[in-house]
Amino acid sequence: MTTLARDANTGDEAPVFYVKDEHAHPEGSSTMLGFWIYLMSDCLIFAVLFAIYGVLGGSYAAGPAPKDLFDLGLVAVNTAMLLLSSLTFGFAMLEMMKSNVRGTLFWLVVTAVFGLAFLGIELYEFAHLIHIGATPQRSAFLSAFFTLVGTHGLHVTFGIVWLATLWVQMRRHGLIEANRRRLMCLSMFWHFLDVIWIGVFTFVYLMGVLR
Amino acid sequence: MSAPNAGAHTAHAEAGHDHHPAEGHAHGSLRGYLIGFALSVFLTAVPFWLVMGEVLESKQLTAFVIMAFAMVQIVVHIVFFLHMTSSAEEGWSMMALIFTLIIIVIAMAGSLWVMHHLNTNTMPFHDMRQML
Repeated sequence: MTTLARDANTGDEAPVFYVKDEHAHPEGSSTMLGFWIYLMSDCLIFAVLFAIYGVLGGSYAAGPAPKDLFDLGLVAVNTAMLLLSSLTFGFAMLEMMKSNVRGTLFWLVVTAVFGLAFLGIELYEFAHLIHIGATPQRSAFLSAFFTLVGTHGLHVTFGIVWLATLWVQMRRHGLIEANRRRLMCLSMFWHFLDVIWIGVFTFVYLMGVLR
Repeated sequence: MSAPNAGAHTAHAEAGHDHHPAEGHAHGSLRGYLIGFALSVFLTAVPFWLVMGEVLESKQLTAFVIMAFAMVQIVVHIVFFLHMTSSAEEGWSMMALIFTLIIIVIAMAGSLWVMHHLNTNTMPFHDMRQML
């Protein structure tokens, strides 16, 4: 498929080391790999935020510590919401494989409901923390906490916006090739956010309360 | 890594759905998603139980165990939900993942190591316990 054009006969002409016959790529053939690489770069953002939290997580500035602030029961419910949404997104993908538009749309709605429940609980937690004076300005620990968990929450928010947009697209155009591709990307994005949340509840909440 | 995927593949073939040959990546099956979900519930519930119930005497041991559970759960999610295999996208997905993991390890371990030494060597000791 790839042939290097190299003129070996004539010594005076410099050899050419590049692909001369560029073969056609079908549209979207490289999307999944490209999106995976985007996710990996997103992973690096979270890695840096985790590192910041790891460094500053113990700097309370005589303020509240994780033990005083975190309600693990609430975090467990939140974790369950995100995990269930991952499962229902899986169901949506299975319906997509069966080319069942109605089933896909239904499971996407269920996923969005779980996603919104997650966001609602997280916003309630943030509002409660800010209300009792544990604002991002209070200590380096709280700055790092709000940045890390807030960035994850922002990702979930945009995931839901994306999901709603795609839902409308699929209602209009059905499971066309482009929509299938978009849905596969969103599925990767959604499962990826759940992977990040494993790190958040382990390192931030559970380890924080342990400290 | 490939065992659950192979199982998913045979289940897929038995179900008699047409396989899209144009798409060279795995999609998973109902069984795969349910196994992944069950494993995740277990791997999430145990750390919460360990911390909330204060089951183990040693905090360090608890921390070690929940970190181990998190690592395993991340692998479970990557295999069962993200359908990552060493052959996906001719291996390039795996290469990107390995590269990212190396960068993450360098960034995390490096930051924690450097900042820990900076803290212990340059900070005035407000807390005498740090000197022990």
